[in-house]
Amino acid sequence: MTARSVRSLSGALKPLFSHRLLKVYGAATCQRHKSSYTPPPAQYGGRHTVTLIPGDGIGPELAKHVRELFRFCCVPVDFEIVTVDSTMESEDDIDNAIMAIRRNGVALKGNIETNHNLPPSYKSRNNLLRTSLDLYANVMHCQSLPGVRTRHRNIDIMIIRENTEGEYSSLEHENVPGVVECLKIITRPKSLRIADYAFRTAREKGRRRVTAVHKANIMKLGDGLFLECCKEVASGYPEITFDSMIVDNTTMQLVSRPQQFDVMVMPNLYGNVVSNVCAGLVGGPGLVPGANYGVDYALFETGTRNTGKSIANRNIANPTAMLLASCLLLDHLKLHAYAQMIRRAILSTVTETRLHTADLGGKGSTSEVVQSIMNAVQSTGPYTLSI
Amino acid sequence: MAAYGAVLSVSKIIHPFWGGRLGNTVKVFGTTLTSRRNKTLLTRENIPPPAKYGGRHTVTLIPGDGIGPELLSHVREVFRFSCVPVDFEVVHVNSALETEDDINNAITAIRRNGVALKGNIETKHTMSPSVKSRNNLLRTSLDLYANVMHCQSLPGVQTRHKNIDIMIIRENTEGEYSNLEHESVSGVVESLKIITRNNSLRVADYAFRLAREKGRRRVTAVHKANIMKLGDGLFLQCCREVASGYPDITFDSMIVDNTTMQLVSKPQQFDVMVMPNLYGNVVSNVCAGLVGGPGLVPGANYGHVYAVFETATRNTGKSIADKNIANPTAMLLASCMMLDHLKLYDYASLIRNAVLTTMNETRLHTADIGGQGTTSEVVQSIMRIIQSKGQLTSEL
Repeated sequence: MTARSVRSLSGALKPLFSHRLLKVYGAATCQRHKSSYTPPPAQYGGRHTVTLIPGDGIGPELAKHVRELFRFCCVPVDFEIVTVDSTMESEDDIDNAIMAIRRNGVALKGNIETNHNLPPSYKSRNNLLRTSLDLYANVMHCQSLPGVRTRHRNIDIMIIRENTEGEYSSLEHENVPGVVECLKIITRPKSLRIADYAFRTAREKGRRRVTAVHKANIMKLGDGLFLECCKEVASGYPEITFDSMIVDNTTMQLVSRPQQFDVMVMPNLYGNVVSNVCAGLVGGPGLVPGANYGVDYALFETGTRNTGKSIANRNIANPTAMLLASCLLLDHLKLHAYAQMIRRAILSTVTETRLHTADLGGKGSTSEVVQSIMNAVQSTGPYTLSI
Repeated sequence: MAAYGAVLSVSKIIHPFWGGRLGNTVKVFGTTLTSRRNKTLLTRENIPPPAKYGGRHTVTLIPGDGIGPELLSHVREVFRFSCVPVDFEVVHVNSALETEDDINNAITAIRRNGVALKGNIETKHTMSPSVKSRNNLLRTSLDLYANVMHCQSLPGVQTRHKNIDIMIIRENTEGEYSNLEHESVSGVVESLKIITRNNSLRVADYAFRLAREKGRRRVTAVHKANIMKLGDGLFLQCCREVASGYPDITFDSMIVDNTTMQLVSKPQQFDVMVMPNLYGNVVSNVCAGLVGGPGLVPGANYGHVYAVFETATRNTGKSIADKNIANPTAMLLASCMMLDHLKLYDYASLIRNAVLTTMNETRLHTADIGGQGTTSEVVQSIMRIIQSKGQLTSEL
């Protein structure tokens, strides 16, 4: 909310005042909606502040490892930690978190658990975050990692999933007892927005093909509208091939021949299923990072949003996904050198089978993996703290 | 639906008045129509329609589009060759027409015969949204509430995962496929997903009964109740209620995204799965892909009174139509399921064994499982195996 009011204020100021004043005031905010994104300004000393939400399950321990690694590599990022208690019914915690993210512009989070036993009026905290901050695009890049043995090889799929509407509108009612109606909302502006994001990202990364995943033979109006919006946007990107596929055929193709897919764009629920299938294909939930982008904010987390309650605090969780998510965060803050350094260290650690954690079929522990990553970083020569 | 409802009420009126006096008449009038159907509803036994004079059954056949017609002609060929006592009543449904007359004829034919075998009827995207999916219309009008798909790793087919044996029971009539959508505000579409207590209890009961019959140990409900709390929450609650009546079977639940991820990494952990309509669509396609593709798995749609058999993943296969490269296994196994339903078990196992023996021969694999065989070669081989068993057959 604050960002928008600042924008309108600067919009009001522009015609009145001269350029000099506006440059100082307006620079940090006006440039947010240009296509060349400028990260939030670094505070005095060139250090960024990032909101950190530990979450539940394996979230806190993985977030701790991220902080440890960042401190070790002397990354100029300070974390502002905001805890969200998932057992409380009041929304104060999550409102604080949202305000902190609005303040800092960027966040890293673990998954916040949604307890089934609480009443249905209790909304999913993760969902609240995404909709309040209008993080409309969830991007997940599934790549086969060289050190991980999987049934399929050479997978390189980018999944762009609409993150704010669709089946996750949390609009349900029971007019007649025993009959529940859930509303799935598809709107034109949001579908155009996500399609545009998908094609822009495809163009930036040099991708050749975008596939829209839908079920328009059954949900003719809803997914039909989504498909139509994708087609409209596709006409503005002639160098990129656009095709569409029904979700059931897509999932079947994914388990037989995933190499045929390049970039995929889809509404919320299909995105959930397809991204989990792809995460399973490349090696599991411990390997893939995810990013949620909005116009003004960005939120980074593991791709499949698992809480991991059963493996919490046992030092067996795979830190790769969270660490790669933190590299995506560094890329977003335009600290590319640090991002590359950490990413290279992570990938070299993942190739070592001895250090694979339980989810990849090995016996390593989380701390061993993180130690090895820090060793790899130190050996590449940049300025680090002592281990 | 209305006709037999009227007959039911007529017999109810007759009974108190004429019960004793008209005894014989009521028996003649009521038996073949009311009492059998009543019994079906009450005891929920799916009794096959009675064989006509001569002991031959009549089954509705809907060729559909794409590869449907050619595969079904192969089924008829194999049945004729094996002297199976089934006659097919062929009903065509033209998917290009906007009127619903064709599909209504098909529905009436299925009501008449009780059992059907069908190919997939295409749903063109280019037609107006008021043209409902013909397959969906069939399922909802006949109240075929349970879609059962049994995914098993076949020995002769090379897949990445082995030893898969999953039974998927999918609610077939409501959920996301209610065809209820509207655009109150332009640019904003609302699709309704309906979950009702009755239908959820019904399909959960079917799942547990089937698990018990087949001696299965575990039923997993697939849902997304953390997001759709009321809808999938109701489904899950109904499953739990039914589960309490089957203490010998373990019941657990899993969120759909975790389920799909587990399916691609460790599918052997699943036994029987029950779920609403859309998740069923996705999960059944994932499982079909895991065991070898859409050409191998048969599917069945059961209601209280009717049963319709088809390929599990309901592909039209327009791109491979009339090229003699389609895999006939799924359709032939579906016809075996139909024979099981009609209680013609011997014929069913005869044809099934022949199909599975042919599957083992890699030379005869069709293009979708990585071979170079043609449909007719596969069917010829199946017929030769049937002949070699020594049963009475027609000339090859």
